[in-house]
Amino acid sequence: MFRRTRKASDFGAEIAAHIELETERLKERGLSDEDARTEARRAFGNVTRAQERFYEFSRWPAWDHFWQDVRYAARMLRKSPGFTAIAVLTIALGIGATTAIFSVVDATLLHPLPYPHPEQLVSVVDDLPGAGVKDVGISVPEWHDFQRSGIFQYVSPLGGGDTNLTGSSQPTRILFDAVPPNYLALLGVPAQLGRTFDPEDQTPGFTLEVVISDALWKGAFGGDPRILGRGIRLDNDLYRIVGVMPAGFHDPGQTGTLRSTELWAAAGFAGPPAPPPQRNLRILPQTVARIQPGLTIAQAQSRLDALVASLQEEFPQDYPAQNAWRVRLVPLKQTVVGDVRQSLILLLGAVGLVLLIGCVNVANLLLARASARGREMAIRQALGAERARLVWQLLTEGLLLSLVGGIVGVAILFCAKGLLLKIVPDSLPRLNEVSISWPVLLFALLASLVAGVIFGLAPAWHAGRPDLTFMLKQEGRGSTGSGEQARTRRLLVVTEFALSLVLMIAAGLLLRSFADLLKVRLGFNPQSVMAVRTWLPVPNDPATDIYQTAAQEAPFLREVLRRGRTLPGVQEAAVGDLASVPLGHSRNDLNPFPLIVEGSETSISEAPLVNGSIVTPEYFHLLGVTLLRGRFFAESDDEKAPQVAVINQTFARTYWPNEDALGKRLKLNNSRGAQTNKDWTTVVGVIADARTESLADSSVPQIYLSLYQRTAKDLAIFLRGQLDPAAIPVELRQQVQAINPELPVFGAQTLSDVLSTSLSQRRFSMEVVGLFALTALLLAGLGIYGVISYIVSERTHEIGIRLALGAQSRSILSMVLRQGLALAIAGAAIGLVCALIVSHLMAGALYGVRPTDPLTFAGVALLLLGVALLACYIPARRALRIDPLVALRYE
Amino acid sequence: MSTQDARERLELLQGTLDLLILRTLIFGSQHGQGIARAIQQTSDEELLVEHGALYPALQRLEERGWISAKWGISTNNRKARFYALTSAGRKQLVKETSKWNRLTAAIGRILESEEG
Repeated sequence: MFRRTRKASDFGAEIAAHIELETERLKERGLSDEDARTEARRAFGNVTRAQERFYEFSRWPAWDHFWQDVRYAARMLRKSPGFTAIAVLTIALGIGATTAIFSVVDATLLHPLPYPHPEQLVSVVDDLPGAGVKDVGISVPEWHDFQRSGIFQYVSPLGGGDTNLTGSSQPTRILFDAVPPNYLALLGVPAQLGRTFDPEDQTPGFTLEVVISDALWKGAFGGDPRILGRGIRLDNDLYRIVGVMPAGFHDPGQTGTLRSTELWAAAGFAGPPAPPPQRNLRILPQTVARIQPGLTIAQAQSRLDALVASLQEEFPQDYPAQNAWRVRLVPLKQTVVGDVRQSLILLLGAVGLVLLIGCVNVANLLLARASARGREMAIRQALGAERARLVWQLLTEGLLLSLVGGIVGVAILFCAKGLLLKIVPDSLPRLNEVSISWPVLLFALLASLVAGVIFGLAPAWHAGRPDLTFMLKQEGRGSTGSGEQARTRRLLVVTEFALSLVLMIAAGLLLRSFADLLKVRLGFNPQSVMAVRTWLPVPNDPATDIYQTAAQEAPFLREVLRRGRTLPGVQEAAVGDLASVPLGHSRNDLNPFPLIVEGSETSISEAPLVNGSIVTPEYFHLLGVTLLRGRFFAESDDEKAPQVAVINQTFARTYWPNEDALGKRLKLNNSRGAQTNKDWTTVVGVIADARTESLADSSVPQIYLSLYQRTAKDLAIFLRGQLDPAAIPVELRQQVQAINPELPVFGAQTLSDVLSTSLSQRRFSMEVVGLFALTALLLAGLGIYGVISYIVSERTHEIGIRLALGAQSRSILSMVLRQGLALAIAGAAIGLVCALIVSHLMAGALYGVRPTDPLTFAGVALLLLGVALLACYIPARRALRIDPLVALRYE
Repeated sequence: MSTQDARERLELLQGTLDLLILRTLIFGSQHGQGIARAIQQTSDEELLVEHGALYPALQRLEERGWISAKWGISTNNRKARFYALTSAGRKQLVKETSKWNRLTAAIGRILESEEG
């Protein structure tokens, strides 16, 4: 509505004028001045009533009341700056932290993927549940079948990798995606310069056209506007740049590395360097697709199921029934976000609890103040204030407080944003999309409002029903609350303790999980080991590949090892493929081999897939793994010698249960590479299980093959010794490039760093939840301190009498402490029950501890009671120091 | 004249005050006291207008845009707030008058038929 411009004073002046005019008229009729005036007033009636009617009519009363309340609330808050500061800070912390977590949740879980019609995007996942493997990748013929099925607009496998970009001053290693020409059309993002690939291009191999990222364009080519058509060499092959993607464009990858793809090369995956298409050769590790518009994922899935069934009928050899081949469509967003969802929800829950505890605390403070203002409220009500007005006024105070707190919180968040983003692990998907956007601000506003209502309600509810006679009789006494208010405050403290306990137990369990993970016996020694990566180029024409066979590669490897050992501080050196870097590879870096064990009549297509690493003989000693039986590799295990393998205990136990694995033979076909090795591989050694795959999982079957017998292109050079992490990469690069100047040397890291990176997400969750738990503990402590202080000050008189009558100070102390402890114990008991529920919900985030870990539960409960005791002790001491004389005169 | 007992006068029916104000203003702008006096005099002192009730009514009419107001000087040189009929007010007056006539006629008919 609108506010009238006419002021009440104007109305008053009009009434005064009326009285004057009327008096005048009556005087003209012969009345005396005094009589005329009295008569005029009588005729007018009730002036105040007229003014009230004017007031009610001419304004929008609710709005007006609201402004009055806001102004009054602001005055009240200004009047007690200490209270206001504490309340605002508590809320600011709560809202700030909640908003921070929400901004991450918003970016990762709530935002759609940054492509047009993201709801049509899916991952295509092949499973062989019969063989016990999931997500095995798809084969080229399968890809073609899917593409032709009519279910999808586009189906597009993507093979991530890195490649040597030469032509610039220093050979650089760039991340690229080998994608079919339809890939960028599938994502629906056009190039900012030039064009993307022609989606209809049917070239079987690489099209020799590449599209580069904005970062690579600006970095390696200085943003040259005439970049289009320029030739570059990738692994010695000549390609032509046809387009530059816009700055914000990213692959829909899960990890930080995949997201920073710098170059896209189009390939049909059906010509060199890819092997000839075979239905059971699953060379495409990851596939995305865009379903036809108008089709839901469920509909697409059911049509795909029919296609899969008919393919299984058509190619029974390739899809044996016992493998139960199945293709799943997973919303792409789910693939991208992955398992972060759980930790994020955990964090959001934790921070919500902190906010709630903050609210309870402020509610407590407000209640304490409300009881101090009980007389004010009672007087106002006795003077005719409507109950609803009083309730509204207190609610307004709460809301004002929470809004100010929210604004401060968001302001702090704005300032600390850079710092906060630094402690978030890089592995968090879509991290670069985290921002304080409008939805986030809206969330902060809503959270503030809800918080304000929560903690404004408690005092408002009490203000609505005061005992007037009781309040007014408390002459002179400013601070006596009703018994009911005291009960509410105690209830709030109990709630606070319960909530804090839940949070602390969650934090305690995470802490124990983390500590257990740190204490885990690794089975290898990561100390003073560095891994530096290099990559042997894979030209599209095998004839130009100087490292095509293991025999061709071996002299290079031996020379690298020889030179590596000469570097300062180096005691040992070894080379392995990327999969051999403990904990340092993503799933995409693994080489799953279909495994055929001698004596079991399995065909390649039904063979289980195992992860293997290809290493030089020095690898085992360098990492300090324990040999249980047999031997490690020897220099003599080269291409001419029989193929050998070293396996871990779990591998042996899985494939030869209750048998001696030594001397057993198996066949491995590298499903990714062109190699088809028909020779049997003999197990020559069994090593103890080491946590090289996963810290949390000690028993992953592992098989190691000799690098002198099988080639690997993506190499890691391991060095052990007193190494200077800054100097080694440079020195090693010089040595490697002295052998072949075309090779990039990159990605140097110590294994200790790798180890701690692999823990980063867990550490982050633990630290954040821990921080929240500490905040909660502090708030709960403050809460109980406030209540006990209040009780003590309320009972000063009584305590004085007791002391005067000769009560022992100890009994006074225990009386006060008992009250506090009773509250804490009640809170802890309720909290323990809630924590049991919560801890089971977060079981997936735990390692090594059970969700009911008695040590954590007992320890946390004791800690909380300790804090409660301490918080009660301070006011209790004050009670002891009460001078009976003063106390008896007290009020 | 003011000695006549107020209780003998007629109380105004709900809503009729607005009509009377509009009607009074048809002769030209007038201040509140003048309006009150005019209603009283024109009705031969039959109608009781509580002056206090007049002003909120004036305020309401002004709010609706039927009358406009501005401060001016009265005939006896006093400051007063003068009200004048707007064109919307004129239309409203015509509407209200015909409504009133129909109402009184209808009520009159009923009362007469009962008598007869």
